[in-house]
Amino acid sequence: MQAFTIRPPPESVPQVSRGSRPAGLSSLRTDRPKSWCPVDLSSTSWTTRPALLWYDLGQVSRGTRVPHLSDPVLMCLQYPPGLSPQAGSIVSMSVSFSYKYLALFTDTGHLWTGLSSLQERLSEVDTKRTARPKQMLWCRRPRAQQPSVVLMWDRLLLVVGACNDTIQFPLEDESVLVAELDGVRIIGPSSQELLQEVPVVCQDIFKIASMAPGALLLEAHREYEKSSQKADEYLREIKEQNVLGDAVRQCVEAAAHEYDPDTQKALMRAASFGKCFLTEFSAEEFVTTCRELRVLNAVRERGVGMPLTHTQFKQMTLQVLIDRLVYRQLYPLAMEICRYLKIPDYQGVSRVLKHWASCKVQQKDLTDEAIARAVCAKVGDSPGVSYSDVAAKAYECGRTELAIKLLDFEARSGEQVPLLLKMKRSQLALSKAVESGDTDLVYTVVTYLKNEMNRGDFFMTLRNQPVALSLYRQFCKLQEPQTLKDLYNQDDDHQELGNFYVTASYREKRLEGRLSQLQGAVDEYNKAKNDFAAKATEDEMRLLRFQRKLDDEKGAGLLGLSLQATMEALMSLGLHKQAEQLYRDFRVPDKRFWWLKLKSLAEKEQWEELEKFSKSKKSPIGYLAFVEVCMKNNNRYEAKKYVSKVTPEQRVKAHLAVGDLEGAADAAIERRNEAEMAAVLSRCAASDRLVVDKLNRARASGAKK
Amino acid sequence: MAAHLSYGRVNLNILREAARKELREFLDKCAGSKAIVWDEYLTGPFGLIAQYSLLKEHEVEKMFTLKNGRLPSADVKNIIFFVRPRLELMDIIADNIFSEDKHHPARDFHILFVPRRSMLCEQRLKEQGVLGSFVNIDEYILDLIPFDGDLLSMEYESAFRECYLENDQTSLYHTAKGLMTLQALYGTIPQIFGKGDCARHVANMMLRMKREFAGTQNQILPVFDTLLLLDRNVDLLTPLATQLTYEGLIDEIYGINNGYVKLPPEKFAQKKQGEGSKDLPTEPKKLQLNSAEELYAEIRDKNFNAVGAALSKKAKIISAAFEERHNAKTVGEIKQFVSQLPHMQAARSSLANHTSVAELIKDITTSEAFFDNLTVEQEFMTGVDTDKVNTYIEDCVAQKDPLIKILRLVCMQSVCNNGLKQKVLDYYKREILQTYGYEHILTLSNLEKAGLLKPQTGSRNNYPTIRKTLKLWMEDANEQNPNDISYVYSGYAPLSIRLTQVLARPGWRSIEEVLKMLPGPHFEERQQLPSGLHKKRQQGENRTTLVFFLGGVTYAEIAALRFLSQMEDSGMEYIIATTKLINGTNWIKSLMDRPESQTP
Repeated sequence: MQAFTIRPPPESVPQVSRGSRPAGLSSLRTDRPKSWCPVDLSSTSWTTRPALLWYDLGQVSRGTRVPHLSDPVLMCLQYPPGLSPQAGSIVSMSVSFSYKYLALFTDTGHLWTGLSSLQERLSEVDTKRTARPKQMLWCRRPRAQQPSVVLMWDRLLLVVGACNDTIQFPLEDESVLVAELDGVRIIGPSSQELLQEVPVVCQDIFKIASMAPGALLLEAHREYEKSSQKADEYLREIKEQNVLGDAVRQCVEAAAHEYDPDTQKALMRAASFGKCFLTEFSAEEFVTTCRELRVLNAVRERGVGMPLTHTQFKQMTLQVLIDRLVYRQLYPLAMEICRYLKIPDYQGVSRVLKHWASCKVQQKDLTDEAIARAVCAKVGDSPGVSYSDVAAKAYECGRTELAIKLLDFEARSGEQVPLLLKMKRSQLALSKAVESGDTDLVYTVVTYLKNEMNRGDFFMTLRNQPVALSLYRQFCKLQEPQTLKDLYNQDDDHQELGNFYVTASYREKRLEGRLSQLQGAVDEYNKAKNDFAAKATEDEMRLLRFQRKLDDEKGAGLLGLSLQATMEALMSLGLHKQAEQLYRDFRVPDKRFWWLKLKSLAEKEQWEELEKFSKSKKSPIGYLAFVEVCMKNNNRYEAKKYVSKVTPEQRVKAHLAVGDLEGAADAAIERRNEAEMAAVLSRCAASDRLVVDKLNRARASGAKK
Repeated sequence: MAAHLSYGRVNLNILREAARKELREFLDKCAGSKAIVWDEYLTGPFGLIAQYSLLKEHEVEKMFTLKNGRLPSADVKNIIFFVRPRLELMDIIADNIFSEDKHHPARDFHILFVPRRSMLCEQRLKEQGVLGSFVNIDEYILDLIPFDGDLLSMEYESAFRECYLENDQTSLYHTAKGLMTLQALYGTIPQIFGKGDCARHVANMMLRMKREFAGTQNQILPVFDTLLLLDRNVDLLTPLATQLTYEGLIDEIYGINNGYVKLPPEKFAQKKQGEGSKDLPTEPKKLQLNSAEELYAEIRDKNFNAVGAALSKKAKIISAAFEERHNAKTVGEIKQFVSQLPHMQAARSSLANHTSVAELIKDITTSEAFFDNLTVEQEFMTGVDTDKVNTYIEDCVAQKDPLIKILRLVCMQSVCNNGLKQKVLDYYKREILQTYGYEHILTLSNLEKAGLLKPQTGSRNNYPTIRKTLKLWMEDANEQNPNDISYVYSGYAPLSIRLTQVLARPGWRSIEEVLKMLPGPHFEERQQLPSGLHKKRQQGENRTTLVFFLGGVTYAEIAALRFLSQMEDSGMEYIIATTKLINGTNWIKSLMDRPESQTP
């Protein structure tokens, strides 16, 4: 053991509560304490609460535990209150399970008990034994009535209560004491015993001549079993005091504390008997206790050997109990308990199975096949058992094949992927990722593969996984256009290659570059047998060359415009010849060209040209268009010129367009078209009486016929 | 505040409360003041779970948007990144951390992944050398967000694209997980039906996950009787059509985002006397749209043509209510009148708002362009001339109408014709490329991959058979007092909803032939319930079906399902869930590819 260095904290002056021994306190102390123990490990604030006590020369010092145990800081010196100076020096100390109480044993055989805060003394007893005990422990239980200290010497156990009484037990064998939550366990070479204060409720019931409600109920039931009418007397007595509920509760509680199944049963039966006479009594406590006792009895069995008390069981919770069983590999029992107590699968059976499976895969003497089969048979598709976790375990133990077999059972494909990658089964990982539908996972595997494999293999792998391939294409489209091209090449996807070149052409800054990309596109479209696209692309190249030429010659600023926009621009520049050339070269439909020329001439108010144009041949777009475009450019005079050329079907509309109501009316009447007449009428104002009359007359006569 | 979530058959507020609880727990994990750095996309969906006040109660003092560079200064102890698990976002986070001021006292960093943490992202953070900077890396499982008393959405924008273009089933995994969460809260759903490949995949994952979680037996009495999983690609037609319900039109025209719509402010100007018209508000008017608003709940699902009448009826009721004050004579009567005032005033302002919205919409629906477009749509849906180049589409291209409009129409024609003749298809494609630019070749390729555009193959056009068997076109749709779901598209009954309707009665066995024509398998699965949880149905008690649209659902479809729920003899109530609330426009947009041009 290391020597303790004790020094006072720089700012605090050590206090001496009793017997001033100022000298030497401020100096470093290097002597070893005679005994020591931790006081409050649960404290969260190490600086303010004492954590260690140690003894030296009749004084108890309190110090804080600093992270390194070897360097505590002396906080103060205190003398245990009430410990007479004649008691001698302390040779042994012990702190209770809850850290609340402290017991000190002196070399004169005095046992001092008190609070560990050294604020109060509980008792001081002379044990009349000066030998230092081998072990000294507190024997308490939560809400204990009689806190006591157990001291052990060779072959002797001494229980010292706070009431100054002592009890002696002889010990047969060499034993070890262990302090527990609610007692002291005495472990001998061949057996273990528990020394504890009898719970109050058990005392109440089993005390001789006890009149506690529980005791009476137990007696009542006993008489009832014997078919004696005394049962009724006892029951009446309880009921008169109105304590039947308490009686039942006492019996249930006492049963929980008992170890002997027969006693447990007797108590529970009594409780059950009492319950019959109660209305509105919740059976929950009763049922829970029954179940818990069954579990406790099971784990207390010799084969399992976990002698838990009910209090301990409650303290550690069922979860922990199951964990402990699992760590002892008592899987069947753990599962039985889970099922019996109906624990949700996730916390219960599945968890046990998971541990079982992880353990199973480590069995060296079984073949992969056998293990996989065994695991699958047991686990099936139990929810919450992750086959991939089990597989990971198998892989850790170097059983890759087994891991793969197990992964096959995994329903969540997403879970399989990381492990498969780790095991370098990348192809399998890829297909599992695809199966999962999670595209992000697919991307992840693809990126991984890309770095792992050479390009050829990588492409081949993708080829077998169309989903992955299209995702990778998407990735390349944004990130690696060049790779995209290679992918299309590999697949002989000429259509997409063509599109690829088209896209690329727009990135070229120079015309030559663009043209050569487009030529690439033409070649690919040809290979794809897409005649239309090839031709359209060639046309585009032709147009680009034409535009460049005119830009150079006339500074027309045409490059990049569509054919239509080019022709428009040419016309507005007055380059009609060139526009016509494009019209012929690119086989622009007459209709569109006529519209274009019509609008362009009208916009530039070249009315003469327009008239000439209208007469150049029969208009493919009719003449209503001429009327409307002229009107749109605010030239009624010109518009009127074309009205007569409009086909009869559209003539009314044309007249209306130029605002000639009379003409419209005549045309409509001539065609005897009711709808058209109505249309004209709707445009007539009050001042147009003549027209209105005319129309009304025509409609009337039309109606007669 | 979220009371409307609990009005319905299923109390969806439970889900919201669960989400809020989890959020609070995470926030409390990071003790002390905090700032949140938001992945911008998440703010909308989060707004439906928790307002700023909740965050503030948990010491969130600042909020930033995630972007490159140094984080704005904030005197807080914790910085929390709320992000989706995306690699590009990880790079931004890494950049943020590297740019931290070294002299400043160090702050604690945390990441909250929504909806799930990702090994890939963590790996990326590790590669960037910042993984160690995080005190907490956590996930916030937010799959299904309650939008209304009968509506859940994951707001997973790219779900359709990922599933059908990129073969990336991440969204389906989240869906399955979300459904597991839902079952944990509302009990195991005993019956699962589905149609489509994605539906099959989700069902498989769910059954698998159930096996994985075996043991944690769900002891909740099932709220849902049936789950119906529907792939969007089973019914590509419906989202392409213009929705004609009030809510559908608001979405088509202005776009509803996370329950809010932004409207042009002019019509909402406060008309106060003495103020000139100069102070017109310039900020868009933001309106929240959900069933918490009584009037909106009443009119949202009506055909727009019936909204005007409903509004004027409501106006009469409200002014009559205000007139009551003249009849209030005794103090008691006056007191009662006053106590109702706040409610009446709210009703009045709600009426004013919706009258303005209806006017805005009416301006558009009465336009010729809208009418022409609708005519063509209806021609396609009834199978008129779907095999020829359509002149209206041609004209629209020539007029350079918005590309998405063109794409919607062309796709619709293709779907209604079970593919277009190669010549017709090529013609449209060429028109589009020449007019809108060659770069759209990628978009066209996507649409073809998704099956929205396709060349006609040898097989016969089976759309007419489907249309007839499922009665997709109803000649005499009654818009005012509907008796069939076809009112939501003024004639067209959404295929997806017909499937749902037939499933409820008489069952899918009656339409085996049609089901075979639609893509993907159809199936039925049963999930074992723990004994004792089998529902004993009361006489006349409705069954509840959760319809999950994988790849998006439109407001008109939702309206149709609500209509079915309300039909007296349907015996079925529907709760709707989806990966994303969509309309034709944002749906097509999500399928477009636009290479970023470096103009040479």
